[in-house]
Amino acid sequence: MSTYLGMPAVPPKPATEPVAPLRWGPTFPVAAHDALADGQMRTNLRRATRTIRDKRLHVTAELPDWEALRDAGSAIKADTMQRLPELLEQLEAAVTARGGTVHWARDAAEANRIVTDIVRAAGAREVVKVKSMATQEIGLNEHLEAEGVVAHETDLAELIVQLAGDRPSHILVPAIHRNRDEIRQIFASRMAEVPTGLTDDPRELAMAARAHLRELFLRADVAISGANFAVAETGTVAVLESEGNGRMCLTLPRTLVSVVGIEKVVPTYRDLEVFMQLLPRSSTGERMNPYTTMWTGVTPDDGPQEFHLVLLDNGRTRALADEIGRSALHCIRCSACMNVCPVYERTGGHAYGSVYPGPIGAILTPQLLGLESRDAATASLPFASSLCGACYDACPVKIDIPTALVHLRDRALHDGDGAHPSAMGTAMAAAAAAMSSGGRFRWALRGLALAGRVLGGRRIRRLPWPGSLWTATRDLPVLPRRSFRDGLARRPRGTSTGAGRGAGGDAS
Amino acid sequence: MRIAVFTTCLVDGLFPHAAAATVRLLERLGHEVVVPSGQACCGQMHVNSGYPRQAAPIVRNHVRTFWPVAEGEWDAVVAPSGSCVASTRHQQGRVARQAGDPGLARAAEEVAARTYELSELLVDVLGVTDVGAWFPHSVTFHPTCHALRMLRVGDRPTTLLRAVGGLELVNLPDADQCCGFGGTFALKNSETSSAMVADKAASVVGTGAEFVTAGDWSCLMNIDGALSRLGAPVRSVHLAEILASTREDPWRPPARRGTRAASAASARTGRAR
Amino acid sequence: MSARDAVLGAVRSALGRAPGAPGPAPADVVRGYRAATDVAPGSEGALALLADRLLDYRAAVIRCRASEVAATVAAQLADAGAVAVPPGLPQAWLDAVRASGLTVLVDAPGDLLTARRLDGTGAVLTACRVAVADTGTIVLDGGPDQGRRVLSLVPDRHVCVVRADQVVASVPEAVALLGEHPERPQTWISGPSATSDIELVRVEGVHGPRDLRVVVVVD
Repeated sequence: MSTYLGMPAVPPKPATEPVAPLRWGPTFPVAAHDALADGQMRTNLRRATRTIRDKRLHVTAELPDWEALRDAGSAIKADTMQRLPELLEQLEAAVTARGGTVHWARDAAEANRIVTDIVRAAGAREVVKVKSMATQEIGLNEHLEAEGVVAHETDLAELIVQLAGDRPSHILVPAIHRNRDEIRQIFASRMAEVPTGLTDDPRELAMAARAHLRELFLRADVAISGANFAVAETGTVAVLESEGNGRMCLTLPRTLVSVVGIEKVVPTYRDLEVFMQLLPRSSTGERMNPYTTMWTGVTPDDGPQEFHLVLLDNGRTRALADEIGRSALHCIRCSACMNVCPVYERTGGHAYGSVYPGPIGAILTPQLLGLESRDAATASLPFASSLCGACYDACPVKIDIPTALVHLRDRALHDGDGAHPSAMGTAMAAAAAAMSSGGRFRWALRGLALAGRVLGGRRIRRLPWPGSLWTATRDLPVLPRRSFRDGLARRPRGTSTGAGRGAGGDAS
Repeated sequence: MRIAVFTTCLVDGLFPHAAAATVRLLERLGHEVVVPSGQACCGQMHVNSGYPRQAAPIVRNHVRTFWPVAEGEWDAVVAPSGSCVASTRHQQGRVARQAGDPGLARAAEEVAARTYELSELLVDVLGVTDVGAWFPHSVTFHPTCHALRMLRVGDRPTTLLRAVGGLELVNLPDADQCCGFGGTFALKNSETSSAMVADKAASVVGTGAEFVTAGDWSCLMNIDGALSRLGAPVRSVHLAEILASTREDPWRPPARRGTRAASAASARTGRAR
Repeated sequence: MSARDAVLGAVRSALGRAPGAPGPAPADVVRGYRAATDVAPGSEGALALLADRLLDYRAAVIRCRASEVAATVAAQLADAGAVAVPPGLPQAWLDAVRASGLTVLVDAPGDLLTARRLDGTGAVLTACRVAVADTGTIVLDGGPDQGRRVLSLVPDRHVCVVRADQVVASVPEAVALLGEHPERPQTWISGPSATSDIELVRVEGVHGPRDLRVVVVVD
């Protein structure tokens, strides 16, 4: 983009590694180190996530049947996964019957090739885009650029990210890490025909985006979108949005291409009554998003006259094969989990090094990529959680993210070829031996008590690695001189009370 | 009632005064207390760290040790820890099944169904909210994530605290936010964990309370460690210690009470017959 | 192997199904949520709730009797200059709009309005298919009195006429109605265009109509 040249400084951007949109950059702890040092970003995130948390709680508490909706959403998703082959075939038949064309893509490269061919056939050199996680996941914009096609992001936040040469840090609000003043600077320095004297008033910034994009909408021949839902029964595709940029893209161009993950299918039209309540309230904390477009194939004279649906695998069948992990495919991309996550709130989305950050990203990304390769950066993601469970409580389709995280930790450590000895593994094995017998555990605690006596009531303030990972910021408690069980054993023994045969499982 | 105490490995080794307080409290309320000596750990650390296979023998030991509760020999098992109780309820069955031992899984679920976190036992099983405690201090309460979200203990702990004589309960801002402990998370992602506990410690200090309490020494150890490093005057105390404190036998710092306090109790270690 | 067969094969294999093995019957999904409410369509409760939600989105809500619709819409369009309309609106409305000095552009089959033409049009007037009180949503499904999707999108003001009996309380009630013609292109509109992309603070008015006026007809 030539508008970048000679422009004033824009606030620093995060890692700009060559694009591998599903996973780039270092391990989570290493990336988090840099993010934690960025005080401005933490302030921005804290403010934004707290705003959205309060709104979500308000509008979910308002519905007396919220929990029943979550249960139904969860059940529909579980049913969908069980019947996925049949539902996909049904969807394909319904879309085709209504004049649409269905394509199948095994991976990102195949999807990118399909889209490029459609754009070429339409004779277009530029396309307008509705914010879509699927097209980000496959790196479509970069691919199109390499093929000589300019892809214009039209969602305000995506536009901010694209203008800044930044990367999205949130699935719903990709520029959540930016505050209004940073956005003003990005617009002022990088948007063509920017109004003079642009202030940081969000309304003014939104109006600048409106003016910037209007001509693009009116002249575009091809639009590219994702989808929130695709109904197998009817072939209906739904896109939820707020600004109207989605409607512009889904209505004005002659050709529409929708790239949709195979897990986005829902069985029946009626199922929309569940998700149209769950998604808006969970994502932006509104009773309903301002705009939803639903279309079924092609409608003569109304909207695009050519519709292509690209059904994308790209690792989804890999995730589906994991009976616990597959629940990650139930995700409806509302982002409630990241908005309530205390880890995300501190590190931001870039630390996850993936288009899917936050708690859902920590379970989805490793499964889409597979854990067999034992790639350290990918394998670090399931560990990026304190397991506080706030995500599970917030999830509109009740994905048990903590359980999936713990399960994927096991896979991250043990998938692939044979045993991989590590310091942690050795320590865990030793601990397991001690902790599977009361007698052995007593001896282990005696070692601890001995240290307690040596320290004589002082707190430990500094330990060598790995203890330093604790003591860098925290003291350890005063070690007792005796464990509880040894304390009990020292006092006079009472008469037998039938403490149980099970109680004597150890050899003490 | 005859109640078995599941001490938990962390409390047994590092915070014996919390286990002693649990025993004192239950005996004061007129119950017979048993502390089975075969117990060690619930397996949570291994499961949460990605070592569920190593957790299987730990679970087996736990279930064997506490099986008498399933046979009616004891009326209940209680632990002074929300996360360990949550592990027995939500993890042990899965660990056993994954290890190919469905019989152990069923047994684990039977034991877990009679295992309670302290505030659950007091309020739901024993039906008491005023335990006759006396603790003349200002206290702020951190609810801990697993008690809050996996056990749904709700307002049981604060109901108990409000009934304590002389105690002034001070609201903790952002109480439901995680302290950043998360077991090995505190080591594997120590910087993020530190950022989280720094905010929690600041919230605690901001209350101006003399004490911070929780139903789980694991989270409390994290908060206490950060408070200590800050040199903050706030002291950390387990919920059981507050509830065990009376006018006649008031709370004393663990160093001065030591484990000898336990000897005042008539609790018996469980032994094989 | 075609990509289609490869993907479907991978899905079956991930589910542990042998090739050619039939899938399970649909699960019996428990729908414990409110499929209907005790608020009757068109009742005062439904209308009040709809108005409350729309005002919350900063849309305008104007209530009038059936005999006053033509005059009311004309008044709401007064300063728009040119007004785009779908082909099937009541003639009386169009007469009133024209009588107040406005140009009426009919989006007639065979003489469709282009997006550029609409971009220079001050307002659009439509009816609707159904409105959801609970969420402050009006839904257009392309009927003759609602028109093509582009109409209600490009002009900056949208005046939408909602009959009281079209106002249902909840989303499931609306989906049941819309499900009669799921193939029709639908636009669900909940207030004017808005964004929450800057600090998650809602700002009304981006690409869609910035000015939404809902005329609720009671009788």
